[in-house]
Amino acid sequence: MPDLGLEVLWKGKNFARLLGGLWVALRISLISAGISVLAGILLGIAASRKRSVSSVVLRIWLSVIHVMPQMVLLFLMYFGTTRAFGWNLSGEAAAVIVFSLWGTAEMADLVRGAVTSIPVIQRESVEALGLKPGQIYRWIILPQAVRRLIPLSINLITRMIKTTSLVTLLGVVEILKVAQQIIEANRKASPNAAFGVYLTVFVMYYLACRPLSLAAKKLEKQWR
Amino acid sequence: MAETVLSISHLTKQFDGQTVLEDLSLDVSEGEVVVIVGSSGCGKSTLLRCINALEEIQGGEIRLRGELIRHDGKNLPELRQKIGMVFQSYELFPHLTVLENLLLAPVKAQKRSRNEVREEALALLERVGLKEKADSWPRQLSGGQKQRVAIVRALIMHPEILLFDEVTAALDPEMVREVLDVIVSLADQGRTMLIVTHEMSFARAVADRIILLEDRRILEESSPDQFFTAPKTEQARKFLQTFEFIRKKKEEA
Repeated sequence: MPDLGLEVLWKGKNFARLLGGLWVALRISLISAGISVLAGILLGIAASRKRSVSSVVLRIWLSVIHVMPQMVLLFLMYFGTTRAFGWNLSGEAAAVIVFSLWGTAEMADLVRGAVTSIPVIQRESVEALGLKPGQIYRWIILPQAVRRLIPLSINLITRMIKTTSLVTLLGVVEILKVAQQIIEANRKASPNAAFGVYLTVFVMYYLACRPLSLAAKKLEKQWR
Repeated sequence: MAETVLSISHLTKQFDGQTVLEDLSLDVSEGEVVVIVGSSGCGKSTLLRCINALEEIQGGEIRLRGELIRHDGKNLPELRQKIGMVFQSYELFPHLTVLENLLLAPVKAQKRSRNEVREEALALLERVGLKEKADSWPRQLSGGQKQRVAIVRALIMHPEILLFDEVTAALDPEMVREVLDVIVSLADQGRTMLIVTHEMSFARAVADRIILLEDRRILEESSPDQFFTAPKTEQARKFLQTFEFIRKKKEEA
């Protein structure tokens, strides 16, 4: 059995430090996800009306977000704004802003898609029953849209959690940074620590994201 | 003379400048069953959609018991509650059970008590032979069952008039009967109905009056017996011929 360098984990508080790093990553992604879901629903509903200002705003916003690597956005927000506007954003704040910009655009697009995918005649059949526009949204459009939306938005959130590994480049001490620090500190004593520590990081990401994917799958099946 | 329930006068409907219905007038009195026939695309469905203002109209007016139906009218939801509409594609709400499909509009739009409506829903379901399906989901029903639920969903609102828009056109042949039987029994109860259909023997059986819609207007208006045995117009005769098949057998030739 080759030395996987796993013993490093039990030295000092290393394992707890990794968990702390995971928490930082989750905190960034969950705050961003919360903002994205709320803002995305509002923007998405507004953009579901054809030829509305919001639909144009969303289209431009999406076109920028889609072609821009997240890392460039992170650097722009963290390093770029410091000199240009004198903003002294923490790495975590910059990350939350970038992730929310990204998430809101994608979430709004998902909401817009879910709302407009409900056939016009479904809406007409409720109108014909004499419900008012607000009631139609509340009882027919939104419940059906949410069912289409939940699996897709959970997928977006897991992608956010994964992408937090980039924020280590802004100096945020999240799980990947902690892992590097542990490996560096034990370079002499456990030269093989890289494998064991990164493997642990991998498993932690897996355990954080997998339940979400499973929940999404389950809901998807239940609502088919 | 029975009171007029629905009154359409000089209705004109255009889609992007193209006229679909022109200067069309039609009255339906209480308890009357009017069947509209005509070739595809003659504007039959559009006429029904105009009546509950799913379509904007470009001319004329439509009144329900004297009240003007306007596409942008403030009282439109209340007026629509008095017009029951059944669509070709059923349009049950897939995220609600059969019973919840029936309860939604009476409880939310008419503010009736849930218990009272529930009782009525179950009674109506029993009448159409679907009482045991009350807690099923729409996806578990056959097309004919869905359409019967859709009819009950319209009935439970206690509408002044029922509009049927080719309600059997999407059904497999063996399910057409069960749906049409329900409509015939509604006619027997004296419901006021406006029916668009391609089922000619059903039309003849259920109608008090047959209307042939062709070239954007009402071309012929007759009693069913007259329409099917001695149509007044050449177009009606041609239209009826499209439903007949004649094959010259060898020995006759």
